[in-house]
Amino acid sequence: MAETHILQDLQHQAAIASKVYVQRDYNSGTICKFQTKFPSELESRVDKQQFEETMQTLNNLYAEAEKIGGKSYLEGCLACMTAYTIFLCMETHYEKVLKKIARFIKEQNEKIYAPLGLLLTDPIERGPRVVEITIFEDRSIGFGR
Amino acid sequence: TCNGHSYIMKNCEYQQIDARALGTPASSFQPCTEMKVPRLRRKWEVFPGKNRFYCDGRIILARQSGILPLTLGLIVVTSVLFFAFDCPFLVTHLTVCIPVIGGVLFLFVVISLLQTSLTDPGILPRALPDEAADIEKQIYTSGSSMYRPPPRTKEILINQQVVKLKYCFTCKMFRPPRTSHCSLCDNCVERFDHHCPWVGNCVGKRNYRFFYSFIVSLSFHTSFIFGCVVTHLTLRSQGGNGLVQAVQESPLVICFFSIWSVLGLSGFHTYLVASNLTTNEDIKGSWSSKRGAEDSGNPYTYNSIFINCCATLCGPMPPSLIDRRGFLPPDDIPPVAAADLELSSFLAKNDTNMVGMPSSGHTS
Repeated sequence: MAETHILQDLQHQAAIASKVYVQRDYNSGTICKFQTKFPSELESRVDKQQFEETMQTLNNLYAEAEKIGGKSYLEGCLACMTAYTIFLCMETHYEKVLKKIARFIKEQNEKIYAPLGLLLTDPIERGPRVVEITIFEDRSIGFGR
Repeated sequence: TCNGHSYIMKNCEYQQIDARALGTPASSFQPCTEMKVPRLRRKWEVFPGKNRFYCDGRIILARQSGILPLTLGLIVVTSVLFFAFDCPFLVTHLTVCIPVIGGVLFLFVVISLLQTSLTDPGILPRALPDEAADIEKQIYTSGSSMYRPPPRTKEILINQQVVKLKYCFTCKMFRPPRTSHCSLCDNCVERFDHHCPWVGNCVGKRNYRFFYSFIVSLSFHTSFIFGCVVTHLTLRSQGGNGLVQAVQESPLVICFFSIWSVLGLSGFHTYLVASNLTTNEDIKGSWSSKRGAEDSGNPYTYNSIFINCCATLCGPMPPSLIDRRGFLPPDDIPPVAAADLELSSFLAKNDTNMVGMPSSGHTS
């Protein structure tokens, strides 16, 4: 409860100092994967290990969504046979994992990043081209405007 | 100052007229906020591309629906002629399965066609101003001298192959691999295949499977009708009754001309699906074997026809990225309109300055 309060506080009251964008990593093709390199702007705010762990889990979740295997083939064939009308009533595997990702990002924000004055934006709201990290002004240290 | 005062008066008069126009009592004590509460707008209303939306954002169409009505019309007319004139004869002489099969194929064709036309092909939302500024900053810092325009391409490695990513000036971002900007729809589309005028929409990542099932089922449907019509005419000519009239009423001519093009297109797309290529890449010769020694330069292929087909047609179905039915937050200005708003406030500032100048001239 206290954690969500911090998150809301941050969004409504704190001023945005800057935004950092983590771009996509296309080395393995067109699958959704983000670079795990630690951006220099966050050095003073968050632990490198923690950040890389968050990005790696995010990448794993996206890999799960886009996995081509028995289950996705079954879903695809079933959809084809019903002339794809099944998509009107059923939620696809991809959408289920996207909801999981949204919950993961919210949880990471509440537990780890909001107390440090950072906010991760769910990449799906940006394309998913980038992971947008908003750095809020740290009033406790007394940053100038 | 007289001029400054008259400007303020004009403002008040304008507001009062507004109140009367809205039908509320023209009282100067009316709080302004009551008039100005906007209704919540959905994101499709501020969509920057050239698309049209119906049913409050549920249905999306390209700006130019092209010849989609013609396509639908041709299919419906051909099928109706078949059901009306060939089926009765064939049901009595052959089997009742014929109209049943024809009906199923017809339904499949029409449903696939509508799904191809009315689905978001994989439109990428444009970069928000902050993101665009960040990308610009990265381009300028990594670019060469100040006198040459900085390069707007980025080279990356995909499966040990060099691929060039181009910067899209309209959407203000580097296009992901296999993405192309459609000038007719004014959108960047993922895994862009081509813009199909028959279907009235782009064919991209999200609707390629619908497009493929449309042309394949259409091939079957046209071949089926053609076969039935030929059978019908053959049987009639053997019986010797009403051959000429049957030829006139049958959809023979439409079928004959369309069958070759549809079959050809299906064959071509089957080749594309099996080699995990898009029409765009094939036409441009992006991975042609002339460049390198290897026989396939395509970095996206799984090197297996079966896996390529499965990945393209039965792969996971990503959701639409443009979230057209989502609501815009009432406090925020829509991102693309923000630039316009800044411009208009800049002009307003200039206007007040201009109004102020004569007044200051008067006082001095």
